[in-house]
Amino acid sequence: MTPLLELRGVSFAYPSPGEGRGRAPFQIRELSFAVEEGEILGIIGPNASGKTTLIRLLSRVVAPARGEILLEGAPLTRLTRASVAQRVAVVPQDVPRGFPYTAGELVLMGRFPHAPGRFFESDEDRAAAREAMELTGVLDLAHEPLDRLSGGERQRVVLARALAQRPRLLVLDEPTAHLDLRYQAEAVGLLRRLNAEAGLGVVLVSHDLNLAAEVSHRLLLLDRGSAVSLGPPESVLDEQTLEAVYGCRVTVEKHPSSRRPVVHVVWPEPDMARKG
Amino acid sequence: MTPGARLAAIVGALGLVLGLAGTAALFVGSAAVTPASVLAVLAGSERAEAVAVVVVLDLRLPRIIVAALAGGALAVAGVGFQALTRNPLAEPSVLGVASGAAFGVVTGQLFGLGLSVLEAIGLTAFAFAGAFVAGGAVYLIASTAAGLPVHTLLLAGVIVGIFFSSAITVLISIVDTNRLGGVIHWLLGSVAPIPPGPLLVFAALTAIGVALIGSQARRLNLLALGEEAALQLGVDAEAVKRRVFVGAALLTAAVVAFAGPIGFVGLIVPHALRMLLGPDNRVLVLAALLGGGVFLLAADTVARSLVAPAELSVGVITSFCGAPVFVALLRSRGARGQA
Repeated sequence: MTPLLELRGVSFAYPSPGEGRGRAPFQIRELSFAVEEGEILGIIGPNASGKTTLIRLLSRVVAPARGEILLEGAPLTRLTRASVAQRVAVVPQDVPRGFPYTAGELVLMGRFPHAPGRFFESDEDRAAAREAMELTGVLDLAHEPLDRLSGGERQRVVLARALAQRPRLLVLDEPTAHLDLRYQAEAVGLLRRLNAEAGLGVVLVSHDLNLAAEVSHRLLLLDRGSAVSLGPPESVLDEQTLEAVYGCRVTVEKHPSSRRPVVHVVWPEPDMARKG
Repeated sequence: MTPGARLAAIVGALGLVLGLAGTAALFVGSAAVTPASVLAVLAGSERAEAVAVVVVLDLRLPRIIVAALAGGALAVAGVGFQALTRNPLAEPSVLGVASGAAFGVVTGQLFGLGLSVLEAIGLTAFAFAGAFVAGGAVYLIASTAAGLPVHTLLLAGVIVGIFFSSAITVLISIVDTNRLGGVIHWLLGSVAPIPPGPLLVFAALTAIGVALIGSQARRLNLLALGEEAALQLGVDAEAVKRRVFVGAALLTAAVVAFAGPIGFVGLIVPHALRMLLGPDNRVLVLAALLGGGVFLLAADTVARSLVAPAELSVGVITSFCGAPVFVALLRSRGARGQA
């Protein structure tokens, strides 16, 4: 079966801003993995490990320097932007608020790739937007300008926009960063439901190792652009590997109810540090 | 109400206001023509050689059309530049694009280009080249890896504007002023009647510019979310930006060539319409075309009646209106910490 998404030996470097000064431009190195239909893949790693660059590669904002990315078997670079956006939806961490669009207007923008030539959205587009807003619980906010919403409300509106795209693959960038516990739980529930019912593939990029471990079928641990390990959370979240990648002491336990791994940082003792 | 019906209602209402304003302006002017004889001219019952006919049909009517076209074109150019830079302060005069176009026009006039149909097209080409160079320079000066920071963009616009104004002064100083008739009045931005042929050229160029920007209106809405988000939603951002920049530069060039660098219309009108109608560019482009016409027509009518029988340049009026709006916008953005 063709995977939903497949990366084959993908490398990427940003154009160098100026030779010989600052640190070298970040790179993705020889990265290969696949996301199957109905799979949730969590991507974790320290800062500057390439998570954001990977999102930009998957959504065709940038193209690989080497290797290729296949979306349902077709090379991403040969597809039009609209046809990629029909199948891959990205949920960014936040939206800029320079122009005061309403939540409803923002969600409708998710319908653009389905008929880019249309001047106004159709009734069908509006129905899809309404349905997506119902799913994330923001239908009441449809007429609110975005800058009057809280960070958590805006994040659910942005998630609704991604769902209005009716994608096959959902790419989430720190999806729970602005959400309080209740909405984190709801977001996880919604994600699992969409994944189980609609076979939606999910790429979840997160700093939150425990969220990723809880939700994902498999985890990909990145370090400086390379894959350190890929597999079920129990095998990827290994104390020694994490300590090597993150450079701090951790312990891994099992969640009392879900039996998934839970990572704790072992905080350094201030006294010991001072005595050195 | 469907979005299409809403747009039609807005266009209908603004069109009506523009029609009424235009008709009213026919009755205003420094020549002593009574309202009754204006009505007689409109009804076609005046003799063709009568003074009233000349005043109403050959002076006031073309001037009204020029004002409506120039105001509409500037307002749409403002909408375009604002969407392009994601900055509600961007506008042809603020960005220095109008000064670039003015430099182009003065250069064209040095080559002897006037206002016959062909020469008017040539003059607009010079203006377009100037606008294009100025806009490109502002973009290159202001762009950083993180986009176009508001203050850098404004400063780049000021610098480029000053550069081209100085270049114009140099040209005027070394050339016999008689060849650049009325250049000072024109540089302040004035609306003068122009003959039917060039007027048609002006209207056609405005239509092309508005079509270029209007056709991208839905994509411009998505571009407001940032370039990366727009790309992820399927918008070919580079192509959109190219078209809109060409459209906005063309509109600026046409206005500068046919009326002069009138400032701030592209700031005031889109800002007011955005407060009334919301930020949807699909609505704003057409609303700005009509609303800009109403605004400049009103400003021109004030300009020619305030100190009658003398006349102010309409650019003086628009700048007096525009400066406080600019300050208010700048302060409100600063207060929200987004500047």
